Amino acid sequence: MSVAAVPDPRSSIEVCLQLSGVSKRFGNLHVLDDVALCVRHGERRGIIGPNGAGKTTLFNVIAGELAPTSGNVHLYGREITRLPPHARARLGLARTFQTTTLLPGLTVVENLVLSLQALTSTPFQCFVPRTHYRGFREEALRLLRQVQLDHCADWLVRALGHGEQRQVEILMALAQRPKLLLLDEPTAGLSAADAVLVTDMLRAYHRDVAMILIEHDLSVVFNVVERITVLHYGRVVAEESVESIHGNPVVQEIYLGGKL
Amino acid sequence: MTGRPWSNVAIIGALLLLAIAIPRLGLPAFYVSLLTQTWIYGILAMSLDLLVGFTGLVSFMQAAFFGIGAYVVAIAATRYHFTDFWLTLLIAILVAAVTAAAFAALALRAEDVGFIIITLALNEIIWGLAYQWVSMSGGDNGITGFLRVDVGPFHTTGNAGFYYLSLTALIVCLTLLTLIVRSPFGLVLVGARERPRRMAALGYNVWLFRYLALIVAAMFAAVAGVLFAYYNEFVGPGSLSLDTTVQILIMVILGGTGTLIGPLLGAGILVFLSNALSDITQRWVLILGAVYVVTVMYAPDGIVGLVKQLAARARSRHALAPAAGSMPSAALNPREGPER
Repeated sequence: MSVAAVPDPRSSIEVCLQLSGVSKRFGNLHVLDDVALCVRHGERRGIIGPNGAGKTTLFNVIAGELAPTSGNVHLYGREITRLPPHARARLGLARTFQTTTLLPGLTVVENLVLSLQALTSTPFQCFVPRTHYRGFREEALRLLRQVQLDHCADWLVRALGHGEQRQVEILMALAQRPKLLLLDEPTAGLSAADAVLVTDMLRAYHRDVAMILIEHDLSVVFNVVERITVLHYGRVVAEESVESIHGNPVVQEIYLGGKL
Repeated sequence: MTGRPWSNVAIIGALLLLAIAIPRLGLPAFYVSLLTQTWIYGILAMSLDLLVGFTGLVSFMQAAFFGIGAYVVAIAATRYHFTDFWLTLLIAILVAAVTAAAFAALALRAEDVGFIIITLALNEIIWGLAYQWVSMSGGDNGITGFLRVDVGPFHTTGNAGFYYLSLTALIVCLTLLTLIVRSPFGLVLVGARERPRRMAALGYNVWLFRYLALIVAAMFAAVAGVLFAYYNEFVGPGSLSLDTTVQILIMVILGGTGTLIGPLLGAGILVFLSNALSDITQRWVLILGAVYVVTVMYAPDGIVGLVKQLAARARSRHALAPAAGSMPSAALNPREGPER
């Protein structure tokens, strides 16, 4: 197993996700250009960059929806570059989507049960009623209670508010006890109050899971993550701790300076 | 499903008693045979509903598996003088399943419209075999010269005997399909219909579940095909033509997708309507078309969907009336309210 990019020498904590030389071209358009990324076990990483910087493409390469044109992706030392999304989920990778992607015609609890069952053999049971598997429902209700949403457990998902749907989506991802959680703009389109709900939920989560966060709202990024990677025209132009990112001249120029 | 299981049990029990009593009510044999056809087409339509309604796969090749079931009966009986009902049924189901395993692998290389076109083409392949492999299938003339066989307590040569055989098969298939859609497996199918991307991100091999659904549905279609062959004591390429494919799709949509009982209702409406209308006019297909268009325009969720919607509206009005201090239950629990 080859690990091309050199792991960050800062610490001896296990490497969770490692990208080396990842490029993605659509025709002549270089959406990702030789991206290297190393995220450690339990780390909280933010990825920022102007629109079109390739952030979501990067997520889709990590999650397996897009194959990179070149380069490779490792998860805990295992090469996953060519694995389909469902196989990566089985290795401990979970994600949320830029626009909340739940199963709108199912109830809240059914959504969570689908998440809890996904990594078991239960989904192949085809002659036993779902009501037989009480454990999953109880676990789902327990999770909902944590975010005070248990009163709408049996509502259809589409009847929930926007912020609540986003909470359910994150809950679904966390329900699988992933090792790495990809969050694509978790507070986009939320009211300030809802955004705080989601941010608090992420901050409060225990440190066993690494999170990578794409976010436009920098206050959210600074609240949740400890290191920030800056993407610009598909290239990594800076990687700094939250404390020192403000002082980085490149970042000021292309991101903070350009936007504010 | 929610709330009043006992009234549901009572309704199902009453319908079942009625269905059992019908051949003894002194109705003309014609109606008994129409109902027999309804039960057979009902199985076929429900098998398609598992795909269209629950899995979100609009398959145009369900008639092929129906035809395979029918041809297995005819070919086994006439070419190999093999007439054991249960073994024939088993072979028909297996042949359909194996064919479906190959066809599904091809069809699932595409999605949406591509999937529809590929299934349509695959259905035409089976039709072409039936039409042109004359030495085996009898070509356009089909296969005659085989007779119904008695199955257990059912003396199928009689109208009533075959009616009861078909009714039993329907009840068994409906029970199995109901178990499937209410199982964890069934929930995954619905999830894959709603948001395949999300399901994949959760760790579900969406392709595999669709593949399995196509095979399971083909097996049920083969059961209907076996009954159909015995019922007519004849098999022809018409049974697996594009016409049949479209008809069962109309049954499903007319009755209501994703409901199982709706397609059964749709099957009944199509069987009775086509027989009644073809007595009156040569242009009955035209009238069927009109019925279909009206359904799609005014009751896109089919008859069962329409009934559910009306019931929910009546219930929420009922709940509103005595609402002095408490919120109406329909507003509190959106599951009870009309679908938006």
